[in-house]
Amino acid sequence: MAAMKIHEFQAKEILARYGIRIPRGKVTRSPAEAYEIARSLGGVVAVKAQVHAGGRGKGGGVRIVRSPEEAERRTREMLGTRLVTPQTGPEGTLVRQVLIEEGLDIRREFYLGMVIDRSRERPVLMASTEGGMEIEEVAEKTPELILKEQVNPALGLQGFQGRNLAYGLGLEKKAVGRAAGFMKALSEAFAATDASLVEINPLVLTGDGDFYALDAKMNFDDNALYRHPELRELRDYHEEEPLEILAHRSGLNYIKLDGNVGCMVNGAGLAMATMDIIKLAGGNPANFLDVGGGASVQQVKTAFEILISDPGVRSVLINIFGGIMRCDTLAEGVVQAAREVGVVVPVVVRLEGTNVERGREILRDSGLDFEVAYGMQDAAEKVCRLAGEAAPSVENS
Amino acid sequence: MSIWVDSTTRVLVQGITGREGSFHAAQCRSYGTQVVAGVTPGKGGSRHDGLPVYNTVREAAAREGADASVIFVPPPFAADAILEAADADLGLVVCITEGIPARDMLQVCSFLRGRNTRLIGPNCPGIISPGKCKIGIMPGHIHRPGRVGCISRSGTLTYEAVDQLTSRGIGQSTCIGIGGDPLIGTGFIDALEAFGKDPDTDAVVLIGEIGGSAEEEAAEYIRDHFRKPVVGFIAGQTAPPGRRMGHAGAIISQGKGTAAEKMETMRRCGVRVLESPAQIGAAMEEALG
Repeated sequence: MAAMKIHEFQAKEILARYGIRIPRGKVTRSPAEAYEIARSLGGVVAVKAQVHAGGRGKGGGVRIVRSPEEAERRTREMLGTRLVTPQTGPEGTLVRQVLIEEGLDIRREFYLGMVIDRSRERPVLMASTEGGMEIEEVAEKTPELILKEQVNPALGLQGFQGRNLAYGLGLEKKAVGRAAGFMKALSEAFAATDASLVEINPLVLTGDGDFYALDAKMNFDDNALYRHPELRELRDYHEEEPLEILAHRSGLNYIKLDGNVGCMVNGAGLAMATMDIIKLAGGNPANFLDVGGGASVQQVKTAFEILISDPGVRSVLINIFGGIMRCDTLAEGVVQAAREVGVVVPVVVRLEGTNVERGREILRDSGLDFEVAYGMQDAAEKVCRLAGEAAPSVENS
Repeated sequence: MSIWVDSTTRVLVQGITGREGSFHAAQCRSYGTQVVAGVTPGKGGSRHDGLPVYNTVREAAAREGADASVIFVPPPFAADAILEAADADLGLVVCITEGIPARDMLQVCSFLRGRNTRLIGPNCPGIISPGKCKIGIMPGHIHRPGRVGCISRSGTLTYEAVDQLTSRGIGQSTCIGIGGDPLIGTGFIDALEAFGKDPDTDAVVLIGEIGGSAEEEAAEYIRDHFRKPVVGFIAGQTAPPGRRMGHAGAIISQGKGTAAEKMETMRRCGVRVLESPAQIGAAMEEALG
C-alpha cells in the first residue's frame, strides 16, 4: 500500500495545530451550506474540490468566486462530478466535498516542502520562489531555484537554517523572522506526525506581511500510523481502488494496473521482476501483487479471488519462490480458491523452493486445469500466449 | 573467503523467543551458523532450544563473546534493538524486521555514524556466506560455496538470482540482502568495496529496484573504483510513477528513480545490465568467461 494521503482541508487543520497560518474556511458537501459559508466569510472566496489527486486547478477543481450565489453554483457543479486532472487518468475522481475558503490579498507566492532525503539520511526542507508552479518542472529546468536545508533529526530545524532559506528567497527584513517561524512550525509538524511529505504550494505572503498556507498536502509513513490513531481515521477509502482496499484489509500488497495478465508473487522485488518479464514476453501486467513472506492459505485464496475479479485479466501467472513461504501452502490456497470461484481464465503456476515437490503434487492431484511452468522465462511465455488466445467474450462470462 | 561473516562469526538472536526468531534461529543453527545466545528482555536466565537467553545484549555479548546479532523483534521495538546492539559494540547487526517507521530509522542512521557497527537492513533477508554462515531468513539449500558475490535490495528476487547461479554450477562467496526500505544501514557501495578487496570474489550480481538513487551512486562507484565484472538487474521497469511497489523504498516519485534511468546509468558505467530477470545466471556465466 502507498503512503497514506489526506485531503487539503485535513492537512491544513493539522498544520494549524503547529502554528501555521491557514485561510479561514470550511469544508462542505452541500451547495446551500457553501452559500452560507461564503456569506459569512464575505468578499471573494475560493471553491476547492477536495480530492487526493494533484493538479486540480488544471481540471477546473478550483474556482474563485465573488458572491455567495456563485459559490453555491460552483459547488453544485463540482459535487458529484468526476474531476479529471493530469494525475487522475481519463476516468477522473469523484468530488464528494469542497472547501470554501476566504480570498487573500496575495503579494508573493513561494513553494515550501519537506521530504526525507534518502541518500543523506536526513529530512530536507526545500523552499523556492517559484510558488504555485509544478515543483517537478522547476527541479528539472532550474534546480538552482530550489533551496535546501538538511535537518538533524535529533535537533530539528535550527533558527539559522530558517534564515538561510528566508534570505535565499529574497525576503525583506521584516518578513524573514515570520518566514523562519513558519518553516520551524512546518518542520515540527513533519516530525511529530511521522509525515513522509509536506508541501505548501503556494505559500503566500499577504499585504499584511503574514505568511499563509494557501494549499497544503501531507502524506504519512504507513509504518508509523500505529502511533497516530487520529491520523488513521483520516484515511478516505473513497479515494482508493476497491480491490486495493480489500487486499489491504487481508494483509496483501496489491496495486491495480491496466494490463491483461494477472500475477501473484511472493516478495516485492520478485513481483516487480515478474511484471517486467511479462511485458518482455509481449503481455501487459494487470497488477502488482505481493502475497508476502508467510502468507496463509486464506490469504492466498483472497489474493486469487482479487486477481480474477479484475475484468481485464485474460490469464494469471502465479510465481512463487518459496523461502519462508512454503509451496504447499500456496498450492492449497490456490486450489481452494479455484474450486470455489472457478478457474475462469487460464492459470500458469511456477513454483520453486521450499516444499516445491509437495506443492506441484497438490496442483496436479486437484484435477483442476493449471499449467505448470519451469523457470520465469517459460512461465512468462506461457501466460502471455494464453492471454493472447483468450477470447474477448471472456470479459462477459 | 567471503565478506563480513564466516564460520567464526558468533551470533546473538534478539527476539529469539518469538515465533519468527525461534524458527529462524533454529534454521541458522542447522545451516551451521554459530548461534551462541538469545536476547529477550524479561526472559533472561532461561534457556530456549538449549541456548542461554539474556535480558540485555550487553550481557549476552560479554558472556558469550558474540560479535554479531540478528534482530527479529516487532517494528515498534526494532530501532531500540538496533541501538542496543550498536551500543554493545557488536561488529555486525542484521535487522530482518519489516515496517520500522522512517523517523526511527533517521535516528538509528544518525547514531550509527562514526561507530564501528555495520547494520544490514532493516526489512531484508540477511547475509549468507554459503557453507559457512547464514544470518537471516533465506533458504540455505539453494546456495552453494563459490566466487560470485550478490548484493540486492530484494528478498525472493535474490533467491531467484542465486538459484540461477547455482543451477549453472556458479557458487557464491557472500550474498547480502540490503533491504527494501528508503533508510538502510549497509548500502551497495559498502558491499562493493568489500567485494572489491575480497580475493575470493571474482564477480558481483547487483540487483536494484525503482526508487531512490542508490543504484546510480553504485554505478558511479563501479566506474571509478571497481575492477571486477558486475551483472545488474533493476526490478520495476513496468512500475507506474507514484505507486509504491510493496517496499517502502520502491517508488518513482517526482519522476525520479525509474528503472530506465538506473539501467542507463549502470550501462554507461560498465555494468552488464539485463532486461530480463531470467538472464542473470546466463549473463554471469558469460561474464566469468
